Amino acid sequence: MQKIAELMQAKAIELLESGKAEKVLAWRAGEFFYDNAPAAFSNVDACKEIVYNEFCPANLAKYLIEATKQQKKTAVFLKPCDTYGVNQLLKDNRIKREYFYAVGTPCSGMLDEKKMKALGAKAILAVTCEGDKIIVETAYGTKEFAKEDVLLDKCIMCKGNKYKIADEELGEKLETPKFTGDKFAAVKAIEAMPEEERFAFWQAELSKCIRCNACRDICPACSCEQCIFDNQDAPVAGKAAADDVEEQLFHLIRAYHVAGRCVGCGECARVCPQGVKLGLLNLKFIKDINEFYGAYQAGADATTPSPLVSYKDNDPEAEEALQRRG
Amino acid sequence: MLKDTAKFEPKIVAFCCNWCSYAGADGAGTARKNYPANVKIIKVPCSCRVNPMFILRAFQRGADGVILCGCHPGDCHYSTGNYYTRRRMALLMSMLNFMGVAEDRFRVEWVSAAEGAKFAEVMNDFVAKITALGENVKLRDLRCKK
Ligand code: SF4
Ligand code: SF4
Ligand code: FES
Repeated sequence: MQKIAELMQAKAIELLESGKAEKVLAWRAGEFFYDNAPAAFSNVDACKEIVYNEFCPANLAKYLIEATKQQKKTAVFLKPCDTYGVNQLLKDNRIKREYFYAVGTPCSGMLDEKKMKALGAKAILAVTCEGDKIIVETAYGTKEFAKEDVLLDKCIMCKGNKYKIADEELGEKLETPKFTGDKFAAVKAIEAMPEEERFAFWQAELSKCIRCNACRDICPACSCEQCIFDNQDAPVAGKAAADDVEEQLFHLIRAYHVAGRCVGCGECARVCPQGVKLGLLNLKFIKDINEFYGAYQAGADATTPSPLVSYKDNDPEAEEALQRRG
Repeated sequence: MLKDTAKFEPKIVAFCCNWCSYAGADGAGTARKNYPANVKIIKVPCSCRVNPMFILRAFQRGADGVILCGCHPGDCHYSTGNYYTRRRMALLMSMLNFMGVAEDRFRVEWVSAAEGAKFAEVMNDFVAKITALGENVKLRDLRCKK
């Protein structure tokens, strides 16, 4: 993907020089090889710092809210999956089309350094990809992994290499990971548990949460100006898990809040420092919506109304819906 | 000991839309149909005014059962409000079930202004069911820090 990084640098310079954009959103190298971080570039000379490789999982879409607020035309590099979030932000009226320029950026799946470490790669120095082979240089020699074993969780169920919104596409599309299983398998397994087991599962799962808000902050569907989980009166207490609404209902409310708008990007679960299985709650809503009201993919476009702001005369009643669930 | 022998009296919150269900409750009264005093009615302009937070908050603040009543689909005073309610609440109920929080503590019923008898019947039935289920602790314990 080194070639793509060069294309990005050139594109960023071109957009800035031509005045097509005042600012470019991309990724910059972090402290370690695996933590490339989102960064904004408004200076042509700095554009050589733009990096791109298998460790750029972050979706830059949400920074466009700021761009719209400042009314600054901003160019943004978007991987195929990132474009869903952009459409959702457009649909939710959180960003305006005239303030951003979307550059489709090819992706072949992002990698998870934690999985490499778990598989025994210690002191990793560099990672290179050769098709489905991942070569890892470590201080103790070279290791080789199959790509599917070290793919980032959110990339396992990749939605494909098509951009759902883009003003232009950079280079050739790459082949994305193929997922052939049932993406609702884990949800179905929980549905099949007895009630007490389900409750115990979630109690244990949600008790891991330290209420850092990362899952909320990263989400392209979670973009209210004022969040009930920010205590307006006490900014310090706001994060101290002080009140019981936060304590007991955070996850239920977070997941419900994005129901019908969650694009299934998997960012929330990726950024969770505690490994809370947030994706299961989102997937549960997606599954129910598909079954009760017909298949729907949030972020596939910026116009189809979300299922929770539409209805049919013959929608199932609540109890009926529960029975009908497959 | 006293607690064990005392009869459990569930707290039931009933959200009723102003135009049909609240009038239905009135109808139950004028027709002298009894329903238990456990039911505390909160009047809302339309069933659609109720968002999932209302239901969750009621549980969290100690309700043992929550019931949402509105006009029959097609009869909403604001034409379409209850159609949105129906989707919203179906998803909420399914999620409560998924998380193992007894979804049968929550119910949605359509009660028209003319259905005083139905209102009383629904409430009697719901109170009986919740009494049998006992005190609601689960939602409050969803996150249990050990
Ligand atoms: S809830 Fe999670 S998976 Fe869904 S859009 Fe937000 S960050 Fe992405
Ligand atoms: S990111 Fe994880 S730990 Fe942080 S608030 Fe979300 S679920 Fe809790
Ligand atoms: S007014 Fe009764 S449900 Fe809308």
